Amino acid sequence: MKKAIKRSKPEPVQVIKHRRDAALKSLVSAVPYIQFLGVEFDRRGDELTAILPYQEMLIGNPVIPALHGGATSAFMEITAVIGLSWSMLWDHIEDGVENADVMPRLPKTIDFTVDYLRSGLPRDAYARAFVNRSGRRYASVHVEAWQDNRQRIYAQATGHFLMPQSNE
Amino acid sequence: MPEQRAALISQFFAAMPHYKALQMKLEEIGNGIAEISMPYDEKFIGDPQTGVISGGAVSALMDTSSGAAVMCHPTATISTATLGLRIDYMRAATPGQKITARAECFHVTRSVAFVRATAFDEDRDHPVASATGTFTIERAKGKTA
Repeated sequence: MKKAIKRSKPEPVQVIKHRRDAALKSLVSAVPYIQFLGVEFDRRGDELTAILPYQEMLIGNPVIPALHGGATSAFMEITAVIGLSWSMLWDHIEDGVENADVMPRLPKTIDFTVDYLRSGLPRDAYARAFVNRSGRRYASVHVEAWQDNRQRIYAQATGHFLMPQSNE
Repeated sequence: MPEQRAALISQFFAAMPHYKALQMKLEEIGNGIAEISMPYDEKFIGDPQTGVISGGAVSALMDTSSGAAVMCHPTATISTATLGLRIDYMRAATPGQKITARAECFHVTRSVAFVRATAFDEDRDHPVASATGTFTIERAKGKTA
């Protein structure tokens, strides 16, 4: 049975997009290591895709050449932390409550396990985070990373995170 | 370990772009044990509110020292790649302090090397993180362990 709710007129799309993009930008631009690696985020609705644009400084084995495993692992950890924070923030952003200038506290990594399936090629990499469980204190997040072909993931990771506490 | 091999490994790292970007330094190498350090740099901060180094930078350091431990193991090879790496973050590294990762390659089979590593800041009694990893062994044709 539908309840008779008085709906206010939907906000103009530009207003919504601006608010979402501003919230994402304040989250991402505040972290120096994200800037150092050059990681960017593409947002479609609430779905984020992290992008690691290729740079020579990401190379670990110059002979092959291949991306450094540590660069891939850092890229996936960034994807997990931002993805988890974003999923926590989303409802606030939609309510229009979130002040885009206020940087929320980030979840802390408890453990992170990386599975390297293929060597990283010297080109852009992409990743998406899947929040499998998000409780009041702990969260479990899985990340998949790929390069040219979405079906051929080159690395995946799973990690546990400590959620930021409001009384901290 | 022959000095020649140690020199070869340190040359390999000196030419590695990501190693240079993170300002890493080979502190010790020999017989399956490697220690690599990374200075505190504001560019590596992961939590802007506390100035704590990013877990990602620590994991890159752990991965690198683990790989070095495999390369300097007497029965392993000069070339390796990470198969799997698990890192436990025990505490936040103290801002302003250098981080050092010490890795030990404790077992090698024909095709796999097993490594454990620990990361410290200047307080050596309380590790920042610990890791266990598995690495590939690339052997020259016809050569066995």
